[in-house]
Amino acid sequence: MRQVISVLVRNHPGVLSHVAGLFARRAYNIESIVAGVTERPDITRITLVVTGDEAILEQVNKQLRKLIDVIGVVDLKYSQSITRELILMTVYLPPEKRVELIQVANAFGATIVDISERTATLEFSGNERRINTLLMALEPFKIKEIARTGLIALPLESVVSDNREFLA
Amino acid sequence: MSSAAWKKGAEVIIEILKEEGVEVLFGFPGGAVIPLYDALYQNPIRHILTRHEQGAVHAADGYARATGKVGVCIATSGPGATNLVTGLANAYMDSVPLVALTGQVPTSMIGNDSFQEADIYGISIPITKYNYLVKDVNDLPRVIKEAFFLARTGRPGPILIDLPRDIQDGKLKYKPIKEVHIPSYHPTVKGHPKQIEHMVRALKEAERPVVYAGGGVIASRAEEELTAFVRTAQVPVTTTLMGKGCFPEDDPLSLGMLGMHGTRYANYAVYHSDLILAVGARFDDRVAGDVKQFAPQAKIVHVDIDPAEIGKRINVAIPIVGDVKSVLGQALGKIKKMEHKAWLEQIDRWKQEFPLRYKANGKLKPQYVLECINRIKDPQAVVCTDVGQHQMWAAQYITVRKPRTFISSGGLGTMGFGFPAAVGAQIGCPEKTVFLVSGDGSFQMNIQELATARSYNVPVKICIFNNGYLGMVRQWQELFWGKRYSQTRFEFNPDFVKVAEGYEIPGRTVHSPEEVLPALEQALSVKGPFLIDFHVEPEENVFPMVPAGKGICEILEEC
Repeated sequence: MRQVISVLVRNHPGVLSHVAGLFARRAYNIESIVAGVTERPDITRITLVVTGDEAILEQVNKQLRKLIDVIGVVDLKYSQSITRELILMTVYLPPEKRVELIQVANAFGATIVDISERTATLEFSGNERRINTLLMALEPFKIKEIARTGLIALPLESVVSDNREFLA
Repeated sequence: MSSAAWKKGAEVIIEILKEEGVEVLFGFPGGAVIPLYDALYQNPIRHILTRHEQGAVHAADGYARATGKVGVCIATSGPGATNLVTGLANAYMDSVPLVALTGQVPTSMIGNDSFQEADIYGISIPITKYNYLVKDVNDLPRVIKEAFFLARTGRPGPILIDLPRDIQDGKLKYKPIKEVHIPSYHPTVKGHPKQIEHMVRALKEAERPVVYAGGGVIASRAEEELTAFVRTAQVPVTTTLMGKGCFPEDDPLSLGMLGMHGTRYANYAVYHSDLILAVGARFDDRVAGDVKQFAPQAKIVHVDIDPAEIGKRINVAIPIVGDVKSVLGQALGKIKKMEHKAWLEQIDRWKQEFPLRYKANGKLKPQYVLECINRIKDPQAVVCTDVGQHQMWAAQYITVRKPRTFISSGGLGTMGFGFPAAVGAQIGCPEKTVFLVSGDGSFQMNIQELATARSYNVPVKICIFNNGYLGMVRQWQELFWGKRYSQTRFEFNPDFVKVAEGYEIPGRTVHSPEEVLPALEQALSVKGPFLIDFHVEPEENVFPMVPAGKGICEILEEC
């Protein structure tokens, strides 16, 4: 199983070590971890993508809650949350293929942010499915480099009416 | 006029330690804690100077276990701090409230690989309940107060505070903090009433209930509630190593310890039970073995203050998050006198049929020495153990009646813990007799603390179970590794009595059963520390034994 977990923590220099260390110490599998400050500067949101069976995911959740700095933990179910990831991709681009690339970019709503003699760099944000589709569409162009931010997510308020307010 | 006064960081630390009721510190100075020691010089708290930082942290641990107070230790930066690591991990595994203060290089030097710099903050993350690196002197009062609060509340544990030298030396406008508030920390104390009702109903329906009690009962000071509860409900009690003392072991309802080296009747009772009430225990692998065969017919109720323990090792029918004292108190009001006559008779038959036993053959058996210690000690006396065979024999043969009178490294299994812990326990309880039950292997891991015992005249009665082996490992090699005793035989051991003599501690060597009681009597007649080197049967094994990972009824016995 794969689970997106949103964790609100007190914002101080050691907090990411505490969270990341937990995953190392208890041998949990972590696919991505993204941290960023929230609407309150003293609170950071960490979005984790973890894999494991049900028992492991339950332990991950409980062990996270046990950390002194953790204010709240939410399991974000796919159908009840909005997930996004930002990706930057540099592809090799012979001049004769420029039009083709622009077409692909337009079809996906990706932005071309840089073009050099031999390459182009695209920026795209979307959910994982859209990112994977874009990567497939770009396969004819050889990919030189990729940078991905990892997943961030929020509950869909329109679907989950009882989203708890941690910061209240 | 503001009530705040300009003070040095180190002075504020000492002031808050006093405010927190700290009566004794265990420590070892070094360059990065000179400001702290200087403040201590001017505003003293009793300080025990150990001979190694590991001795200091274990002594603070033993002190905390024996008194129920927060133990405090001090070490300098770098090697001083890293020498605390084992002790912190040990306290963390056994949920012992500690505050460790470590010196650190000045903030401007952090990260430069400065002399005696080690990232103890990073190192101690997985072995502390929480830790701090203080980078602003104005944070000091809050951090110290929070550390004590965190150490002693919820599931207790060690807290480390890393103190750069300039923070200790810097000045702040100090205003005492009255209340600690950590917005992300709210341990659940009271059990959910619905869950407690479920537990009571399950108890009423059960025919073969067993209480399985752990260290959490002692941590939450729930011994009275537990005793009242099980006597009313007539439920037999088995305890873990950490739980020893939470219920009087001479009570007819006591089954003694369960698990790998538990009594047969405790393991049988658990295996055949239809209801397990697990209170303040965590189904450790040394207790539960193969969890599938732990209590296959039983409904399991699990009471623990740490929600992460529930469902970690075993599936639980009725989880109750809360403080054991509070939960049992809540439940007590809901139960009336019960009877489990047939079940208790069955247990009595097991007790008759499968008592703890060993073969007396005229030689000095370690079990016999423990029986003698058990006979000669008064009920208040504290027994501290090290780790290995002697520890398990002590757990089997010492009848513990009171909480905090049996002190042992459970979760981490730290050889070398016993002696400094005994010193700490004795300093915390000067009116009690403290016995150390150690082995020739374990004792040599912190033997330097003989100097501490002598220096402060700490009257610990040191009993070394000397078999010339790392006995527990040898036992496993004998039973499961074809008697290939790889590196478990000590070809050389010192004459421990002569070593003690060098530290001006009297002692004697014992070779035969007849000498045991006179030696113990002599030890008790001496006002200060005393060492007895018991040369016990070298290849004696600890039985009963459930091999690792097996079901708790797959028990090995002496052939």
